[in-house]
Amino acid sequence: MSTLTAQPLSPQPLAPELPANHYLNESHGLKSWLLTTDHKRIALLYMASITLMFAIGGIFAMLMRLELLTPPADLVSDDTYNKLFTMHGIIMVWFFLIPSIPTTLGNFLVPMMIGAKDLAFPKLNLMSWYLFNIGAVVTIYAILSGGVDGGWTFYTPLSTGYLNSHVVAAATGIFIAGFSSILTGLNFIVTTHRMRAPGMTWKRLPLFMWSNYATSVILVLATPVLAITLALVAVERLLHFGIFNPALGGDPVLFQHLFWFYSHPAVYIMILPAMGVISELISTFSRKRPFGYAYIAGSSIAIAAFGFVVWAHHMFVAGISVYAALVFSLMSYAVSLPSAVKVFNWTATLYKGSISYRTPLLYALGFLGLFTVGGMTGLFLAALGLDVHIHDTYFVVAHFHYIMVGGTIMAYLGGIHYWWPKISGRMYPEVWGRLSALLIFVGFNLTFFPQFILGYLGMPRRYHAYPPEFQVWHVLSTAGASILGVGYLLPLIYLTWSYKNSPVAGPNPWGASGLEWQTQSPPITHNFVTTPIVTREAYDYTGIPAPALAVRSEEEASTYVS
Amino acid sequence: MSSQHILPRRTYFLVFLALEVLTVVTALVASIDLGAANTVVALCIAVTKSTLVVLFFMHVKYSSKMTKLTVILGVFWLMILLGMTMTDYVSRLWSTVR
Amino acid sequence: MSHSAGHAPGSAVAELDNHLEMQFDDAEQQKETSSFGMWVFLVTEVMFFGGLFMAYLVYRSQYPQAFAIGSSQLNFKLGTANTVVLIFSSLTMALAVRAAQLGQKKALVWLLIATMILGAAFLGFKGIEYHEHILEGHVPGANFRYDTPGVSFAVAKEVVLFNILYFCMTGLHAFHMIVGLGLMLWLVIKAQKGAFTPAYNTPVELIGLYWHFVDLVWIYLYPLLYLIDRYHK
Repeated sequence: MSTLTAQPLSPQPLAPELPANHYLNESHGLKSWLLTTDHKRIALLYMASITLMFAIGGIFAMLMRLELLTPPADLVSDDTYNKLFTMHGIIMVWFFLIPSIPTTLGNFLVPMMIGAKDLAFPKLNLMSWYLFNIGAVVTIYAILSGGVDGGWTFYTPLSTGYLNSHVVAAATGIFIAGFSSILTGLNFIVTTHRMRAPGMTWKRLPLFMWSNYATSVILVLATPVLAITLALVAVERLLHFGIFNPALGGDPVLFQHLFWFYSHPAVYIMILPAMGVISELISTFSRKRPFGYAYIAGSSIAIAAFGFVVWAHHMFVAGISVYAALVFSLMSYAVSLPSAVKVFNWTATLYKGSISYRTPLLYALGFLGLFTVGGMTGLFLAALGLDVHIHDTYFVVAHFHYIMVGGTIMAYLGGIHYWWPKISGRMYPEVWGRLSALLIFVGFNLTFFPQFILGYLGMPRRYHAYPPEFQVWHVLSTAGASILGVGYLLPLIYLTWSYKNSPVAGPNPWGASGLEWQTQSPPITHNFVTTPIVTREAYDYTGIPAPALAVRSEEEASTYVS
Repeated sequence: MSSQHILPRRTYFLVFLALEVLTVVTALVASIDLGAANTVVALCIAVTKSTLVVLFFMHVKYSSKMTKLTVILGVFWLMILLGMTMTDYVSRLWSTVR
Repeated sequence: MSHSAGHAPGSAVAELDNHLEMQFDDAEQQKETSSFGMWVFLVTEVMFFGGLFMAYLVYRSQYPQAFAIGSSQLNFKLGTANTVVLIFSSLTMALAVRAAQLGQKKALVWLLIATMILGAAFLGFKGIEYHEHILEGHVPGANFRYDTPGVSFAVAKEVVLFNILYFCMTGLHAFHMIVGLGLMLWLVIKAQKGAFTPAYNTPVELIGLYWHFVDLVWIYLYPLLYLIDRYHK
């Protein structure tokens, strides 16, 4: 049959060399990138786009932290501050966090993990990238032409009747980027169903595939509702309708229902793929099949499904009925169960594993801690009584940053390091990698833990001035943010450097079990020479030499060859 | 091709006839005062019509389980949006406590 | 496009190779994948219209009287006629897909043209209705008349909401129809060149699904917009 099933068992050469032909050198020139339909190249295109957007969103964050260093309003005006947090939110949510893992790691890995040549609809994939960029350009236009304020949530009637900023342009940008999300989700769903290699049954799918699939289902079901809601906001604003304006008979709470029907599941769009990455990292670096594979896979689907029926916990103080609030509070508690199942199973996977503390695992361990804190504080907010006290305070800000930044970005960076040898063909510098993981973990906690305390003490979010007694916490937070900034900058620098200068990685530097490690690094354009036939269960490490062992057997191999 | 199911022309004409008859029925029933039942009847007829279109014109009756599941899931999720939101609006009047 | 030289040109196998994209193993997989993709897309469309139906449900349950008044101001006859026309176009579309499956080129072209004519007729009727709304002062934000006899100002404000939803829903529906007509024009040109065969007719099938979906939306819009409390008339 295929030689590929045998290949992972064969040892690597001692000093691996880059393969002669791979997807990066298959063709050259700008055109070959801008018109590519190769999922791996599109993943890199996305990586460039979202890194740029992350930098823009990060600059807004730094400006806010600088303003909050001192109690009075001194650096920026109140108007500017409103615009800063709004644009930080819009850019980070829709142009970094939502696309982050699915469009980069997802695009790169989905076909390789299931043994396919490409996604089901490669041209549609390229179109998604263009739509994303068009959306980003429109949003950047909204920023450059004066910005937009009122919060990333576009609450009506503030956004439709009272703001003088570029609401319609920003909404249009998000609308367009939304279609990019929809097409990406559609592509992944269809690919997962229809493009699996022979023998790649659902039960053999890597856990990243399961969580990516669950994410895609949310993308496809929720994003259209956001699109129509933002379209209605734009229509209301342009034509002075009263769809969501109580003065004209409309209902602003309806807007919040529609908005959070998307935007709550959107949190799961961010965190589910991160959970998938973490499952891969923990399994590889403890060389164990994940404890309770079926439960981790099932909990991804459960989170996606339950995630749709909890949205009104964002609206407990918005005037919804107490009975509905009860139901949504209960459902919010229920959604924590599958998340807890995952954390439990990851921990159990590490238990008695053969652990190597490489950079990706450090990121994964960081994720475990931060996600757990973020998840637990979510329970505080889901409690109807306590939420009245802490809603719209820094407690909420800290909570969702623990999930979205502490969770998603930790996993994203961990995943980038883990798959960097596959993406670039070369290793990242280990020392620098560990340093960045450490800096980000410390910087993150220093930035956001004080915000829990601030929120509990009563500091409301979205204010640029505050009483002097809060200053010490804000100073800590700003100090942490600068460390965090350095932590994010480092990987950008050393990964770029490593692309030319690091040692060559070889096909499977981690001794990992996934199908993507059974082909050369970087892979050829169509991933596999022949369609692989899967005969092994997922995470079966038998016969795959551990990295240290691999080196030893390489010596044997080199004597064997010569 | 095995995936292709070619229906006889007769089926299409029968479905078409049923759809047009139901259209006339729903238009006529609307002019009779049935109270709240008017809306119920109108929606029941609409559901019947759409089911006919989905099953026969869109070939779902002869499609894979996957397609059937997709259709059901789409409708189900629309119901979650409508139903869960209405829990709020319906129960607002139950209590004076806000 | 490396056309394998082994097949005689025009043979079924050669045709299949022509349309097979590299990521698929065979035509069967490609066809089923495409049609599954279309179904997933239609689910997103359901949710897209779903937001509007949500708004409709909330406002109709809050303002039943205003919705009945708004509904009675619509042109019932044209609305019903349009329903009949659109269902007719669904029939011709279904028959067009059948013709494509059987490789009847001439029938396919004419059935597609018939569908386009019926679709255009629908849009024409819709245009006449919109024109009436403009003349009668029913367009929210432009010339909405708050002084309809027997309707208080407070209720008139709620009727505006009905009209906004009416224009948003029928407008979005009409937009989908225009897109559908464009797609069908492309199909007619391709079909005329003999692009579709019993072995390869996926585009006809997919656009057929899309067109039936547009019909489905109207099947709900018609009773929800035109038939509220008609017995009062």
